[in-house]
Amino acid sequence: MTLSVDIRKKLGKFTLDVRFETAGGILALLGASGSGKSMTLKCIAGIETPDEGRIELDGLTLFDSEKRVNLPTRERKVGYLFQHYALFPNMTALENVMAAVSGSKAEKRRIAEERLKSMYLLDSKDKYPAQISGGQQQRVALARMLVREPNIIMLDEPLSALDSYLKWQLEMELVDIFRGFDKPVVYVTHNRNEVYRVSDDVCVLENGASEPVVSTHELFLAPRTLAAALISGCKNFSRARRTGPRSVFAVDWGVELVTEAPVPGDVQYLGVRSHAIKAVGAELNRAGKPADAASGDPGNRGAANAPLPATNVLSCRVGKVVREMFSVIAMVRPEESEPASDFARIRVKMINDKWAALGEPVPPGRIHIRIDPAEILLLK
Amino acid sequence: MVFSPILLSIEVAVCATSVSFVLGLFIAKQVVKLRRLKSLVDGILTLPLVLPPTVVGFFLLLTFGRNGLLGDMLAAMDVSVVFTLAGAIIAATVVSFPLMYRSARGAFEQFDRDLIYAGRTIGMSETKIFWRVIMPGCKPGIISGLVLTFARALGEFGATIMLAGNIPGKTQTMSLAIYSAVASGNREKAYMWVAIIMLISFTCMFLMNIFAARTRKSVKAGAAAGSIIKDEKSLPEGTAIL
Repeated sequence: MTLSVDIRKKLGKFTLDVRFETAGGILALLGASGSGKSMTLKCIAGIETPDEGRIELDGLTLFDSEKRVNLPTRERKVGYLFQHYALFPNMTALENVMAAVSGSKAEKRRIAEERLKSMYLLDSKDKYPAQISGGQQQRVALARMLVREPNIIMLDEPLSALDSYLKWQLEMELVDIFRGFDKPVVYVTHNRNEVYRVSDDVCVLENGASEPVVSTHELFLAPRTLAAALISGCKNFSRARRTGPRSVFAVDWGVELVTEAPVPGDVQYLGVRSHAIKAVGAELNRAGKPADAASGDPGNRGAANAPLPATNVLSCRVGKVVREMFSVIAMVRPEESEPASDFARIRVKMINDKWAALGEPVPPGRIHIRIDPAEILLLK
Repeated sequence: MVFSPILLSIEVAVCATSVSFVLGLFIAKQVVKLRRLKSLVDGILTLPLVLPPTVVGFFLLLTFGRNGLLGDMLAAMDVSVVFTLAGAIIAATVVSFPLMYRSARGAFEQFDRDLIYAGRTIGMSETKIFWRVIMPGCKPGIISGLVLTFARALGEFGATIMLAGNIPGKTQTMSLAIYSAVASGNREKAYMWVAIIMLISFTCMFLMNIFAARTRKSVKAGAAAGSIIKDEKSLPEGTAIL
């Protein structure tokens, strides 16, 4: 079972240009709102027609602009779970599922009831969508979708309209269903945590253009582009220039950083997640920044009494301080940074106690931060 | 004979409402699908609602009268519209049609497209989607349009008197009978027709409100449960598919 998509569609100023392939498992389409995720699903389902390109599912051509193939939606055998489930409000749960079955009325009823039973919905079969809970609505919509035995399941932000409590429960139910489905699942979302928990592979969409499909692991632990790193939740970036096999100059921060990974020649940016940045004390002044890079062993990090690690220490001025319930987020600016640079702000997050130990510096107080060499993302 | 205006009025209103209902639904469905010239077509179809009824009647007379575009054709088939009941029905239909058309169009346009798409992905035919998904969902809007259409057709005066005249027992509906009664100084008769018209109109509105409240309740409950909430990223105008 393979889904391959290669389509282009122009909509006013917005251009959709999406290319990806999936051979089963759960593929997440991740992107901000307006990035073309839903439009892509609608093109696969045949609700929208691309201007050009091809869509193939399991050897069957659903759409091909050159061969002038454009199968109508109802012949595509796609399962589509809409954002708000799109259950027919004037039909009961059973009637909703029956609408997706063909055959004699008795046969429809038997098949639909069987499906509802397998999803623990038999008790609510005669209730209208408005009379059942959000979780039950989702299950009815899934039952209606699965009863047609589709060749693919597509979900359009299925959890975005729910409150967080229900979300967890439904997400787990969804994953259970996906695992029992041996055909491709395409899952559209703007929530990277959901992607991390749910999907096997990810295709990032930005302004209508798709990036190459990568495994979820790769996206979050080793993103390769600035856009991918941004969408994976990384918040601190600098333009970067290679200075050695394992060292890189952070242009916006005005400092050379040592990395654990070898630096590719065409590196353009570097990114560091907030959790990889540790404050190392306000008292250390720049003159005291020792030069022996050998002691920059990552094993030292976090040890309170250990000598300060020497490498990758930046002296910064505190900008804005945001207090949360158990932690403090400080926006700091490296002293060597380019003043006009947007990238020059670094976000440091620490627990309240640590902030207190630093003497709660107020802007523009000075603190030192250390960037873990193992956690520097080298990006294109 | 005395009560013929009641029968004529009801006959005219029922016929006009039936024609407006079928045409209104059909045309509204087509207009929603239009990509270009939508506002122009919409404007033309709404015109009879905003023009003075006498102007509508005048145009009808030009069209159906002697030397008129349709008048000659109908005359060749030995059918006459002017000063007949058919004329009264045509006048009432033309004047009341925009109410049905606009109500139906509004209901179709507000209808959640995802329900239609969902119907297609689960393999329902377009006919089935229309009758089993769209129509039930648009019922409140369509019913209120239907009642307004009926009320307007029942009370039609200006266009009717232009096209069908005011012939007692033939084309004199209740509205025309009131006019004649007042014109001839017969106040009692006028009061009687006014009372009857008010009774019929009020009953209609009352029934509609009961019905609309019942339907709206179930639709609202559905919306509250999150099935009719519109997507903020909904499609641009041109992509309307209904």
